[in-house]
Amino acid sequence: MLDKRLVIVTGHYGSGKTEFSVNYAVKMKETHENVSIADLDIVNPYFRSREKREFFEKIGVKIFDSSIKNTAIDIPALPAQMMGVILNPNEKSVLDVGGDPVGARVLARYSGQIKNTEYDMFYVINGNRPETSNVEGSLKYLRMIESTSGLKVTGLINNTHMLKDTKVEDVEFGHELTKKVSWETDIPIRYEAVIKKTAEKINNEEILEKLFPINLYMREEWMS
Amino acid sequence: MSKVLMKGNEAVGAAAIEAGCKFFFGYPITPSSEIPEYMSKALPEAGGVFLQAESEIAAINMVYGAAGAGARAMTASSSPGISLKQEGITYAAGAELPCVIVNMMRGGPGLGSIQPSQSDYFQSTRGGGNGDYRTLCYAPASVQEIVDYVMLAFDKADYYRNPVLICADGMIGQMMEAVEFKEPAHIDLPPKDWTTIGTAEKRKPNIINSLYLEAEVLQDHNRDIDKKYKLMEENEVLYEAYGLEDADVVLVSFGTTSRIVKTAMKQAEKKGIKTGIIRPITIWPFPYDVFKNIGNKAKGVLTVEMNLGQMIDDVKIGVSGKLPVYFNGTQGGVVPTPASILEDIEKIAGGTK
Repeated sequence: MLDKRLVIVTGHYGSGKTEFSVNYAVKMKETHENVSIADLDIVNPYFRSREKREFFEKIGVKIFDSSIKNTAIDIPALPAQMMGVILNPNEKSVLDVGGDPVGARVLARYSGQIKNTEYDMFYVINGNRPETSNVEGSLKYLRMIESTSGLKVTGLINNTHMLKDTKVEDVEFGHELTKKVSWETDIPIRYEAVIKKTAEKINNEEILEKLFPINLYMREEWMS
Repeated sequence: MSKVLMKGNEAVGAAAIEAGCKFFFGYPITPSSEIPEYMSKALPEAGGVFLQAESEIAAINMVYGAAGAGARAMTASSSPGISLKQEGITYAAGAELPCVIVNMMRGGPGLGSIQPSQSDYFQSTRGGGNGDYRTLCYAPASVQEIVDYVMLAFDKADYYRNPVLICADGMIGQMMEAVEFKEPAHIDLPPKDWTTIGTAEKRKPNIINSLYLEAEVLQDHNRDIDKKYKLMEENEVLYEAYGLEDADVVLVSFGTTSRIVKTAMKQAEKKGIKTGIIRPITIWPFPYDVFKNIGNKAKGVLTVEMNLGQMIDDVKIGVSGKLPVYFNGTQGGVVPTPASILEDIEKIAGGTK
């Protein structure tokens, strides 16, 4: 894969950044010895990647989150190791950032250092979220996240879904939307994230080329 | 409008605006903060007013004022914040003011935790404030139900001139699901001829008040508003019931927990155990009558809640002593697992519990 060593995952609130980040870290572990995921989400109180600590430890992915060791606290505290995650040249690192510009603000604290390293910043788009269901909305959040973080988006992720009921049409709708955003911004589409069940049914060449099948690690069995 | 993905807290705001809510007063608290956040953006765009009050107490009293002027008004919070609002809620009930109050419950007592809980059942169904009053209380189990019942709540509040509660838990507030906005059924609402919006010197001033110093006058007032509560008990009970007639074990659960219960029920079915469920959608008024439909095969009733068993008393009233009532509960923000519920179902069906 062509992605840079440091991958930063941003997007609108509820676009599916954490689910993508978790899947991405798992995928990276297949080809990289040292993989770490850093949960920089200081916005959400629930459904954060830190809840999957045990899972990551089992598969050998390092996880970093709040310096306060409690999954149930919403205090924006980050540990000193975060700088190591960002700068260590031997580490394949994924930064799972909170949603919207308010979540991306945490990146500004590291942007000086990030700019001096090789990085990719992904922008996750879910076309089934009302606020990013059109080009204008998607562009608005992309620009705000760039300006708040002081970093440039380098790749777009189409993550348009309807949870466990995702249909091929949802993915195709999101693909067209992401394509338009790509046209407006000159930022390439990097991945088309699709749950495995639906991924099998896709036959659109453009989507297949960048298909990134995912598992739903963050949804409990009783959730839709 | 086709299906979109929304988090429960966003859906509260969107549904309220759809229902004609023009005023939101609130103070942020996890796990319901996205409600004021959403309203701060969307309500002014819809021609309404969002105001972040200096406290929860101020917010509910601003709702009281807006409701008194005849506007559709709402506040939202999470457990400790809802406790602070209790004085305003009983005042609104006493003054017969329609309004909608949303509670995304979190662990308690006291400041508790920020994780999901259902431990405000007593407070919601018994009246958390002082005096003889009741509040209609909807317990949605999905983001779609949040949309549907928030919209319905505004109509019911106006119809009865009474506060209406939406009693959800933090999990639904934070969870994202597919929702659709459908036109709600039309309800004929009485004209708001009691509001304090100026007399234009054409009528006597309306007075909005919950203070009645003469005992007999207050007694009359109490008996008057009691007629509304009786009507609610008669006409507003909502529930979902399934498989009661031939169930070995009947489960009772509301809100998010009922979804975990249903997952456990499907697992029990694979093991050959027949189960049924009663899911109160209104936790007040409570669906006592549906318990009569439980068949004679049943060995017991299992209530599953994210609290210490606050619904058990209501379930026992419904069961009327005909069956043993068991409890499976988690507290403090811990969410139950289908496995632990399945274990209890098996024990009850096998006669070992």
